[in-house]
Amino acid sequence: MSINDRVIKIIAEQAVLEPSDVALDSTLESLGIDSLGLVESIFAIEEEFDISVPFNANAPDEGDFDISSVASIIKGIEALVKEQS
Amino acid sequence: MKRVVITGAGTINALGQNVPDTLEAMREGRCGISNLEFRDVERLAIRIGGQVKGYEPEDRFNRQQLALYDRFTQFTLIAAREAIAQAGLEFSGDLAARAGVVLGNSGGGMTTLDDNYRTVYEDGKNRVHPFVVPKLMNNAAASHVSMEFNLKGPSFTVSTACASSNHAMAQAFQMVHGGLTPVMITGGSESMLCFGGVKAWEGLRVMSKDACRPFSANRNGMVQGEGAGIFVFEAYDHARARGAEILAEVAGFAMSSDAADIVMPSKQGASRAIKGAMQDARINPEEVGYINAHGTGTAANDKTESAAVADVFGAHADKLMMSSTKSMHGHLIGGTGAVELLACIMALRDGIVAPTIGYQEPDPECALDVVPNEAREADVNVALSNAFAFGGLNAVLALKRAP
Repeated sequence: MSINDRVIKIIAEQAVLEPSDVALDSTLESLGIDSLGLVESIFAIEEEFDISVPFNANAPDEGDFDISSVASIIKGIEALVKEQS
Repeated sequence: MKRVVITGAGTINALGQNVPDTLEAMREGRCGISNLEFRDVERLAIRIGGQVKGYEPEDRFNRQQLALYDRFTQFTLIAAREAIAQAGLEFSGDLAARAGVVLGNSGGGMTTLDDNYRTVYEDGKNRVHPFVVPKLMNNAAASHVSMEFNLKGPSFTVSTACASSNHAMAQAFQMVHGGLTPVMITGGSESMLCFGGVKAWEGLRVMSKDACRPFSANRNGMVQGEGAGIFVFEAYDHARARGAEILAEVAGFAMSSDAADIVMPSKQGASRAIKGAMQDARINPEEVGYINAHGTGTAANDKTESAAVADVFGAHADKLMMSSTKSMHGHLIGGTGAVELLACIMALRDGIVAPTIGYQEPDPECALDVVPNEAREADVNVALSNAFAFGGLNAVLALKRAP
């Protein structure tokens, strides 16, 4: 499975949706994922890829990790996997 | 109903190992937050905290005691000794039978738990010290205080996360207020600064890696602290009859539950507790000169708390002072309200308002007078102490200058 599919699977599971219902331009909010769900998703992603995601819930919009859409999250994860492997 | 006053105070925390040293640090706006020192700290992403440094348990307790006292119990006893010595009370006869100890605590003996899990899981041993259970239980501190000082009245531990101490002190207040007992020992303690304790908090992604900057626009999370704050709550007539020095009056309190979210705070829940405390104490909002904020330095708390205060006080919100001393001693979780009560006593008794240090950038969503960076002299007659816990459980205390 590609990084893309693996991230979508994690997000879909958190949102209790089918992976096919998670569009690349969806925001986590539009998928019904709240702040706790976001923190849980990031934990699941870190476990899946064995990486460390720089994310502080107090300043979700700051830092290099962009969580504004599913596509931006995937892009961020791809970069982190490359960087940290 | 009996009026309730505070006739003794004790503490140990990152700012000092007694009340005078702690208040001096608050007056000077000193920061007690430093690099954490304990086993496996290098495996943590968060490596700062309000850790009590320069403290040797062996200087305070003997070997038999240390076998039974987790760090949170040690802190509690040190603070209780100071508070009870200041009050000048000896508990015997009828007073001993009626006086008790109600304390706040959230994590229990976290260091004991951490050390012993390590023993069985990491070191693969199949045997642990026989006193693990009596050492780690949340009520251990309250029980040891009762034993050391012969307190045989109502005694228990309250656990409501970050509001534990305020809930505990509210209970103690109610008991003295209602005439159940002339004296109660109360407050709280916490010691979660060990690998497992900090690792668990790290997971929530709300901790700062560099500093606790409550209400500052560039704040980036909370910083944990440790320690204890213990007080003697006494009926005013009882204190006066024996000529005791009175530090402040506890005038009332209120508790509320958000019934909404397990971690996100609620403006309504906070407002109801603040309003309720003033009603209980029969004080007008305009009389409040100082609020010791819950002020954790997280985005969620500081905005919600500022909005709640603005809502409750209206135009007076711009006149009162509200600071978060967590910027100096860190967040003592179940013990935090107790250490923060010291800042209220300092404002009422000494006329000095502790600052919010680390304040760098104004945040329009926290546009109150947060006493940035430097303590201020002020004539304060009434102070409130806020605590809003995870789980949406809130407790606010109202204090007045000593009668």
